[in-house]
Order: sequence, then structure tokens, then C-alpha cells
Amino acid sequence: MNPEADVLLRLEGVSRSFPGPPEVLALRDADLTVVRGDYVSIMGPSGSGKSTMLNMLGLLDRPTVGRYSLAGQDTAPLKDRDRTRLRGRMIGFVFQSFHLLARRSVLDNVMLSMIYGGVPKAQRRQRAWGALEQVSMTHRAAFYPGTLSGGERQRAAIARAVASEPELLLADEPTGNLDSGTSGEVLEMLEGLNQAGLAVIVVTHDPEIAAAARRRFQMRDGRLKEVL
Amino acid sequence: MTSRKSRDGRFGAGDLLGEAIRGLAGHPGRLALTALTVVLGIGALVATVGFAQTGQRQLEVTFNAVDAVHGVVKPVDDNSGLAGVAPTAVLPWDGDQTAARLNGVNAAGLVSEIDLDNAAISAAPVIDPMAPPTRVPSVMAATPGLIDAVSGILTEGRWLTWFHELESQPVAVLGQGAAELLGVSRVDNQPSVFINGRSYTVIGILEQVERVNGLIDSVIVPQSTARRVFGLEAPDELQVKLKMGAGPMVGDVIATALSPNNPTGYEVLMPLPPSQLRQRVTAEVNSVFVILGLVALVISAVTIAVVTFMSVMERRGEIGLRRALGATRLSIAAQFIAEAAVVGLLGGLTGAAAGILATVALAASRQWTPVLDLRLVGVAALLGCVVGVLAGLLPAVRAGRLEPATALQEGT
Ligand SMILES: Nc1ncnc2c1ncn2[C@@H]1O[C@H](COP(=O)(O)OP(=O)(O)O)[C@@H](O)[C@H]1O
Ligand SMILES: [Mg+2]
Repeated sequence: MNPEADVLLRLEGVSRSFPGPPEVLALRDADLTVVRGDYVSIMGPSGSGKSTMLNMLGLLDRPTVGRYSLAGQDTAPLKDRDRTRLRGRMIGFVFQSFHLLARRSVLDNVMLSMIYGGVPKAQRRQRAWGALEQVSMTHRAAFYPGTLSGGERQRAAIARAVASEPELLLADEPTGNLDSGTSGEVLEMLEGLNQAGLAVIVVTHDPEIAAAARRRFQMRDGRLKEVL
Repeated sequence: MTSRKSRDGRFGAGDLLGEAIRGLAGHPGRLALTALTVVLGIGALVATVGFAQTGQRQLEVTFNAVDAVHGVVKPVDDNSGLAGVAPTAVLPWDGDQTAARLNGVNAAGLVSEIDLDNAAISAAPVIDPMAPPTRVPSVMAATPGLIDAVSGILTEGRWLTWFHELESQPVAVLGQGAAELLGVSRVDNQPSVFINGRSYTVIGILEQVERVNGLIDSVIVPQSTARRVFGLEAPDELQVKLKMGAGPMVGDVIATALSPNNPTGYEVLMPLPPSQLRQRVTAEVNSVFVILGLVALVISAVTIAVVTFMSVMERRGEIGLRRALGATRLSIAAQFIAEAAVVGLLGGLTGAAAGILATVALAASRQWTPVLDLRLVGVAALLGCVVGVLAGLLPAVRAGRLEPATALQEGT
């Protein structure tokens, strides 16, 4: 077995600074290798650079220094159009604030993840329905986000993230707005998806969620350290 | 990896329009307000064109009835001082027949005033010298075709015929005014009038004519009778009634037909063609109101631009999300342009409807027939759409340029 073929992404000496004033070095010299189907958690105090790191991994932002390769491809030379295509095809996002469109039904919100990704129109509804089944949300398909509980909203957002069948799920404090009961639900869901083969990288303040990961990292002042 | 050619399933026109319409439907109040400005602009333009077309049609209707179909030819005025340059031509006695044969001429007739000093004209054979002097009608000569050439209407009897003309019959048609002066109101009892003692049988009473108003106050006798009895030297005027729009064509040839050797000896007055008339009228009406409509459209473009810009700022979270889901800068920009275009299109269609209503209302208030080229609705909708696209362009580019990470962070 060739270990390189198993590598999903790799950061080598990646830094990201925001030009000030004052200049902020949000991410310093990060090295990270994530294999396919991996389960990674990142903890750290607020402002330590966790979101900056996830944005980098999700191709929503570019490193100031260093090299980021995704699926064996160096992302530095990619034009915005190709980065976008790669992102749409490979990466699903879950945010702390859900980012559901308030005036669309849950089903429409889930289908939104497929309109840019090359899924033929005829299949979108069916796949969205399947994704909602995975998170046990089919009974809320016609509801509007405003009428859902926090846990239900995050499940809808997870369904949206997986409907496009990505290889990598990036979750930035997915339980940050939830109580501990519903946090447990979300944790179960992430574990289930990971067991089904999806690589998961989750940023969290919840030790329970962090502990469930195969590899745990700690961030402080922009420095990434693995907890062994 | 999918090849570039297989775009099947990619974010296409249908998806774009769907997203745009749903985006707009999320803010119906804002949509209505923005579209309203377009409605005003387009409505003003459509109403302007509608008013112009309706008014102009009305003008044509009134104009057609008289001026657009009547022409006249007469010898150049001797006293104009131009006599040396263009020697006066004489109208031939059969000029009416020559003219009637021309293409575009529906009817032609000759008419002349008879100069009679102190003529004695009455309905009684002998004039009582003791009777107080009364106003005396004048005498005119005409050919059979004149009645149609001047759109005359008879109340009683009939007009002069070719029999009367060819046989120089002692008959007369009385203009309404002359009939009243002479006390003649019926012709079925074959009344006579006497001119300098000679008797003429009255065969008809003329109620109304166009162009030659003197006829109403005259005793009208056949042209040949006037030549024989009064020594008429030449016809005064040739009156013609034309087919619509034939004015320029007839004007080109009529003088030569009447006098091949001296066509410049006539003064020819023919109506303008209707198309030329139309251009003149529309040009006048449109220039003012079109500017008003355009100003309204510029205002609506600014409104759309501002509202779209607000919408972009408000929906940064959504923009960030869409980028995360795989939307390119172009898809984002296209969505906002499409939204602005739909606003413009809706405004354009509604504006066209409003403009049509205004035109119909105006026409109804004056009892005119509303006239409006319905292709205008398509043009109006398109114009609204173009205004929307132009107005949406700048904010849409801004939306496309937003950094996804920043947009996600700033917008919730
Ligand atoms: N767009 C930005 N411009 C300037 N500074 C930023 C920007 N985004 C993040 N930062 C700064 O970078 C540091 C790390 O931020 P972030 O990655 O959001 O932290 P975390 O997610 O761990 O709370 C913080 O000091 C933050 O203020
Ligand atoms: Mg964060």
C-alpha cells in the first residue's frame, strides 16, 4: 500500500498573516498531514487562529507563506475558478452560525449545495432527501429554518454539507451555539459520517467532541501542536 | 474530473434565474418599491408614444377629411410681378377631364367667378323698380365634376350633369345662401331664377362644400352656358380630389398634362403625403416627453443600483456560503445582475401596462380611438431589463469580489 495515495491534504510550513496595522500572525508555520477518512479535532482559545486554519484548508483563504496540497495537487498555482471547483467537489462546511438561508425550506437549503457542483437537476432532490435521511431530518424538509431548534438547524446544515458527497468535512465550532444535549446529537452524526468514510476536521471547545477524534490538536497563538 | 464540455448539471441559466427570483421573493416589499421606479420611467415612455400615436392618428383623421385629399391648380397670378418670368398659362376648358384621367385623381372640376356689374338677379321675371335694393347673389360657373372635387352636399334636387354642360342648358344650382336670398327652398316645382332677364331652371340646392366657400352664396350655372351667355374667357381654378397620399405624385404631372408647353404657368397646390405629416407630428410630441421618460429611467437605474448594493452588503453571509458551496465569482455576480434584470423586466412590463392604460384613458376622455403599437410592450420590457442589468453591474461585481472567508465571518 502506498501511503502517499492515502494522503488527503498536507500543510507544509504554512503561515497566514493579516497586514495591519497592527499586523496579526494568525497562523505560524503549521505542518499537518490528514489522510483519507481521518478524524481530526482542533482546540484552542478564542483568537488562536483555528478559523484561519480551517479557511485555509477549505480553500476559502490562501496561505501567506508555505505550501498547501489537496488530493495530491498543490493549490498555490490554482486560479480562483479552479479552487472554487475543487472546493465545491471535495469539501463540505459546517459553521457555528449554521448559515442557512432564512427564506428557503430545509430541503431547498440542502439542494443549494448541489446547484454549483455539477449534480444534474433531476438528481438533486433525491440526493438532498437522502442527506436529510442521514441526519434524521426528513420530517422537517418543508420547514423554514426559523421554525427549527438549534440542533435541527445544525443537522440541516450537516445534511447540506454532505449532500454534495465531499471527501472532507470542515466543521468550525459546530456545537458552539448548542446546549450539551444537542451537542451530543451532532457528535454522533459526525462520528457516523466519519465511519462512512468522510474525513472530518472539527474545531471545538467541547472536550468530549475533541476526545472522539482519532488525532487531537491544540492551537495557541497561531501555533498548531498535536496532543499525543 | 468532468470535462469542460459536459456542463450538464453545472450552474446554468435555469439555476441562475431560479436563484434570482427566489432571492427577490425574499424581499417582496423592496422588490415592489424598486420596480415601481422602473414602472414610472417605462410608463412615461410608453404613455408618451401612446399619446403621440393616438393624437397623430386623430390628426390624420381630421386632416384626411379635408386637407389631405384636396388640391387646386390655377394660373399664376398676373399681378404678382412674376408674369414676365413665368408667363401665365390659361386653364383649358376641358382641364377637368384631363385631370380626371390622371392616376391618383378621384374627381376634378373647373370653377369660375362670373363678373357681372349690377346684375339683376331674382326669382321673379320682372323687377319692381320701387322695391328696396336687396343683397344680390353672385354668379359662378362650374363643370359636372366639381361637386365631387369639393365634396359638395346637396339638400335638394341634383347637381349639373354632362347633358347640361354639353348642351349649354339654362339651368342653375343655388348655393344655400343664394337660395335664401332668392326665397327658393324647393326644386320639385321647377322654380326659375332670372339673371339680367334670362330664365334659368333651378335643379338643385347646394348645402355644403369644402374649399370653395363662395359657391354657397352663388347661383351656379354650367361652364358652357357661362361662356355663351356671359362671355367667360377661361376657367379660374381647377379643383381636384385625390386618393390618400397621392398629392406629391399628382403634383408632379398635373401642370404638364394641362399645358405641355408652359407647365410653369400654373400655381399647383397639393397636400403633403401623410407619412411626412406623421413624422412632423411625432417628432414634435416625442422630443419633450421622451426626455422626461429617460430622466425617470436614469433615476430608476440609480435606485436599482443603490438597492442592489444594499442587498449585497446585507447578504454577505449568503455570498460567503455560496462561495463555500462552490459558487464562482462569476456565478455570484451573475445572480445579482439577474436579480436586477428581473426587477427591470417586471417594472418594464408593469410600466408598459400603465402606459397603455394611460393612453386608453386619454383617448376615452376625448372620445378618440386609442392607437398604440403593441410591439412597444416588448420593447418596454426589454428596455426595463437593460436598465436593470446596467444598474446591477457595479454592485454585482462588488459581490463577486468579496473574499469568501471575510464574507462568511462578517455576515451571519
Ligand atoms: N480578516 C482578518 N483581518 C485581520 N485579522 C484577522 C482576520 N481574521 C482573523 N484575524 C485575526 O487573526 C487571529 C485569529 O483569528 P481566528 O482564526 O478567527 O481565531 P479563532 O477562530 O481561533 O477564534 C485573531 O487575532 C483575529 O483577530
Ligand atoms: Mg473561530
